[in-house]
Amino acid sequence: MTAAAAPGRNKAIGERIPRADSKRLMRGRGRYIGDIVLPRMLHLAFVRSPYAHADILSLDLAAARACPNVEAVFEGKELAAICTPLIGVASNRLGHKSAPQYPLAIDRAFWQGQAVVAVVAASRAEAEDAAQQVVVEWGELPAVTDGERALTDPAIHASLGDNLALGHVITSGDPDKGFAEAAIVIERSFSFERQTGLTLEPRGLIADWDSGKEALTVYHSHQSPFQMQDVFSRHFGIPEHRVRVVTPDVGGGFGMKLNVYAEDLAVVATSRLLARPVKFCADRLESFVSDSHARDHRIKARIGVAQDGRITAMEIDDISAVGAYGMPLRFNVAEGMMAITSCGAPYEVPNYRGRTRSVYVNKNLIGMYRGVGIPLGVAVTELLTDLAAKRLDMDPVAFKRLNYRRLASMPCVTHGGVRLDGCSFDACLDKLLDAMDYDSLRKEQAELRKRGILRGIGIATFVEPSAYGPPYYGPTEARISVQDGCTIRLEPSGVFRCLTSITDQGQGTLTGLAQIIAETLGVPMDHVEMVSGDSAASPYGGGAWASRGMAIGGEAALKTAMTMKENILVLAASITQTVPGELDIVDGNVVSRRTGDPVISLAEVGKIGYFRQDTLPKDLAVELAVTRSHVANHQAYYTGNGVQGVYLEVDPETGFVKLLGLWAIDDCGRVINPLIVDEQVRGGIVQGIGGALYEECIYDEAGNLTNGTLADYLVPMAAEMPDIHVGHVETPESTTQLGAKGIGEAGTIGAIGAVWVGVNDAVAPLGAKLCHQPFTPERVLDAIRTARADAKP
Amino acid sequence: MKPSLFRYAKPASLDETFDLLAHHGRGATVLAGGQSLLAGLGMRLASPDVLVDINGLKALGGISLQGEEVVIGALTRHAEVLASPIVARHLPLVAEAITHVGHIGIRNRGTFGGSLAYADPAAELPACAVAQGATLVLGGRAGRRRVAAEAFFTGMMETALQTGELILEIRLPVQRPTQKHVFAELSRRHGDFALAGVAGLVSLEGHRIAEARLVYFGCVTHAEIARGMSAALVGQALPLPSADALVEVLRRDLSPGDVPGMRAETKLQLAAVITRRKLNSLQETATP
Amino acid sequence: MTDDEPGYEIEISLVVNGASVKRRVSARQHLADFLREDLSLTGTHLGCEHGVCGACTVRVDGRVVRGCLMLAAQADGSTVETIEGLSDSGVLAELQEAFLERNAAQCGFCTAGMLLTASEFLAGGQRASRQEIRDVLSGNMCRCTGYQAIVDAVEAVMNRRLDR
Repeated sequence: MTAAAAPGRNKAIGERIPRADSKRLMRGRGRYIGDIVLPRMLHLAFVRSPYAHADILSLDLAAARACPNVEAVFEGKELAAICTPLIGVASNRLGHKSAPQYPLAIDRAFWQGQAVVAVVAASRAEAEDAAQQVVVEWGELPAVTDGERALTDPAIHASLGDNLALGHVITSGDPDKGFAEAAIVIERSFSFERQTGLTLEPRGLIADWDSGKEALTVYHSHQSPFQMQDVFSRHFGIPEHRVRVVTPDVGGGFGMKLNVYAEDLAVVATSRLLARPVKFCADRLESFVSDSHARDHRIKARIGVAQDGRITAMEIDDISAVGAYGMPLRFNVAEGMMAITSCGAPYEVPNYRGRTRSVYVNKNLIGMYRGVGIPLGVAVTELLTDLAAKRLDMDPVAFKRLNYRRLASMPCVTHGGVRLDGCSFDACLDKLLDAMDYDSLRKEQAELRKRGILRGIGIATFVEPSAYGPPYYGPTEARISVQDGCTIRLEPSGVFRCLTSITDQGQGTLTGLAQIIAETLGVPMDHVEMVSGDSAASPYGGGAWASRGMAIGGEAALKTAMTMKENILVLAASITQTVPGELDIVDGNVVSRRTGDPVISLAEVGKIGYFRQDTLPKDLAVELAVTRSHVANHQAYYTGNGVQGVYLEVDPETGFVKLLGLWAIDDCGRVINPLIVDEQVRGGIVQGIGGALYEECIYDEAGNLTNGTLADYLVPMAAEMPDIHVGHVETPESTTQLGAKGIGEAGTIGAIGAVWVGVNDAVAPLGAKLCHQPFTPERVLDAIRTARADAKP
Repeated sequence: MKPSLFRYAKPASLDETFDLLAHHGRGATVLAGGQSLLAGLGMRLASPDVLVDINGLKALGGISLQGEEVVIGALTRHAEVLASPIVARHLPLVAEAITHVGHIGIRNRGTFGGSLAYADPAAELPACAVAQGATLVLGGRAGRRRVAAEAFFTGMMETALQTGELILEIRLPVQRPTQKHVFAELSRRHGDFALAGVAGLVSLEGHRIAEARLVYFGCVTHAEIARGMSAALVGQALPLPSADALVEVLRRDLSPGDVPGMRAETKLQLAAVITRRKLNSLQETATP
Repeated sequence: MTDDEPGYEIEISLVVNGASVKRRVSARQHLADFLREDLSLTGTHLGCEHGVCGACTVRVDGRVVRGCLMLAAQADGSTVETIEGLSDSGVLAELQEAFLERNAAQCGFCTAGMLLTASEFLAGGQRASRQEIRDVLSGNMCRCTGYQAIVDAVEAVMNRRLDR
């Protein structure tokens, strides 16, 4: 792998370079969707269903329409007339079914919070005033709210017959035999409560249908402008080249802002009908009931282990409650699928059965959210292996060593069907044990146990597949591009403007791309300007998701920069009467490769290349704007891996869990910028801690969300979070020149499992079992009480 | 989350305020710190006709020591209480409690009187006022009257304030040299409302509790003296051996409801645990 | 409605980032919306509008407040400073430099609130532990960074100032 740069000069890849982007954001000069104002813009507020399941018997919009400064009030049928419904079904998944979803609910609402009426007014406040005047006659229906019961409850969509969205089974080897042969079998039930992605900036968009140009522009707080360009074009029948989606600064995405929202189509529809820009910014209360959710699984799993500690079999049975509809394009069946494909991935598991059933319930839709189902597979695996080790009186670390897949065995395909390549489980574990001083922590734990202080140590190993390629999405027929592109244009004055299809919601991908480009070209960082977030102004691509920015976008940028450099050297050689092979670019100047002396500046090259072609040979044709792309054609993903360790204390009287330390060693291949990568890991870990200890959507029996405010839904704040140590192993991706894999989700994927193991380790002396996330004080106290009761003779 | 339309008035004097409140009756809502009110208005939990902004009433500010009482004006911001040497010296219970009230931005606006008038059962200051034996001075068109804090909180977010009345000031007896303050709070995150909290004053004779006056928050419907617990503690020797016995006493005093994510029973357990731990920690500083 | 009757709108005069401002506002408009919509100072953000996340933090009469929990009407006669003004004047420069070095701002949505809160804390001149710094910041929600880089940046500036 080579990026031709003079050693030591213009070195940027691998350097801790601060994000130039953040200067503007820190000065209050960000431009988020809520900040954008267009002439004649209107504001939209939705009337949402207060019931989880109810017939819309009648709608009276007259009073709302008469409210001050109301432009229009729309109901479902009106918008459905100009917009085809969304159907979130993956073509390649046999039996996958979903009801069609219209921009606004028609005749029936299927979750508390589903948008039913759209009010468009001169201001948001006036739209809300009018929304309160909409009169809806509801016919409440029984709500299906539990994933397990949904399997036998009446179908919430009669046309589907039942509530099964998709069932899938993976079998590898002979699991029944494997369990029969096991010396011990550990079995547990696991619950992962529903969460919401919760970006600090709520969702929003401005739809601007220009009836003069017959073109649609949508400003969208979203991770993939191209995806939404396609969705809006297809569903509204607007030719794609007249649909433009611009993603401004986005205040956090995490996958939540990757999904396709029917109510976003409603906003576009109102703009179409009114021929004026219409802005919708979700407020926090409606975010809770309309942003896509995550998790919500019930899992039964078991592991069989031989006397010597080798795993003989694993089995996982997952029920994933995906909400009222399939998620269009992003397929919420992925939560369950990834839980069962990822289970046990780091280990040799000779016999395996994984079953998942995604079921419909009268709740908000599950969508993409950091890690998807992988954190669940990891938590299940790591807890079961930890318990098995304990049962055999084996240190969990020794158990891991014994069962880890070896680097030398890769590439390989796991029992779950995951293709691993370049996973450094042992090396990461070595580094982790050293960083956390594992042996000392175990000693301390043992000492303190004698005094009744319950410390827990949890280690979780995981695989992070990132940068999903065509084999993953292609067969689903989802129009999702997993190819990303880069255009580099030499400006006449010798600097570079670079368009990328990658987007950046704060994770720093644009800086990473600039580093790759600057170093490859041989120019200082500030000679490179990145442009992104406009579906009309870059090569077509994917955007930001599945931790793909550096792996895919970086490879594209690398290729583009290499070609651009070649082109510049061809032109420079022609101008200076030499050959390209004798030239290089260093510090923004074309130099002699032999002596290092500057030969001609890039500014001069640009001037001649653009304005003085009369001085160039007639047949010389040099492109000073270059576009290249990258796609991993036949590779489903790149596999990064990592391991995390947590040290925590459980207070047996209050049930509170205190995190004392957290260590993460990650192998994401080549690290482009440690300053950026480390903070991605930390941020991901804290979201994982959120899931493990704090975050859950609490519903009542009728399917109403009871804790839908930031005071009641607990997002981690600074005071309770630990300092997190981050370290790296670098096993470069072997199929690309750049060698980078993905990192965005690793923190979350590992942290959840580490905490699961850690809390169970802490309460193990009491015989308590914690299998219901988040581990709230009450759940911890209940588990301890149950153990005490069970222990009584 | 924009509030529904309301009218706004900012009176310059108490008389003007009382006139406005009397004129608009139930349609008027008083705006002091606004840290609770404005959040609720944004959620359209209430739609007042008129908001009466009393932040211009300078007479309602200030902290002073008057004899054996610390007098805190109703409009005193939490930040002022936090920074007050008078409170630090004479009301260590309040001084400790105030560090748990919200965060910097909230404390810069929220007011002592506002907290008491709002009477959130999970808030610290109503419990402190009752524990300290405070007297509230209320005022209205009809004149002033005094109500003991003990009698002020009557139900879930209900107080003795009548329509048209304001809290003018809160008079808190200084902590006596023989008294120790007790404050403990359990919340999932720093600054959150309490899951269970206790505020109180006790005095010790050696290792024994001679007097106890405990008030709970976060696990109650309103701030009131926990009579059963306070009486049961008198004569008890520290350290208290177990929290389990305390649960039964608290069960008679407190009636926490179930909240999403926590049953009433768990709240009782937490209340008992913090009571025992806090009282036992006093013993470490007690003179033999 | 007579002049004596409370109105739905009110005239306010205030100073924002050093400039005198006179506007007629709706009584129900909160200060954050006034700054964002009437004055186009969009650096102050709305994350929840119920006073929990701190993204709307601004300085009023020298103290940080949640802009969503104050009515624009209440800012009559006050001095308001936003992230834009405090950046342009250089007041936040040292903190911003530290944030930049530590990558303490990712999506940037919480950053104004973090900077203003940290700035008020640092103005107090105390030396605080890392946990105490975390407590100070505990009213500002960040979903991207996990907080550590922010704590590092604030601690670095605190130490630099105290050791000067």
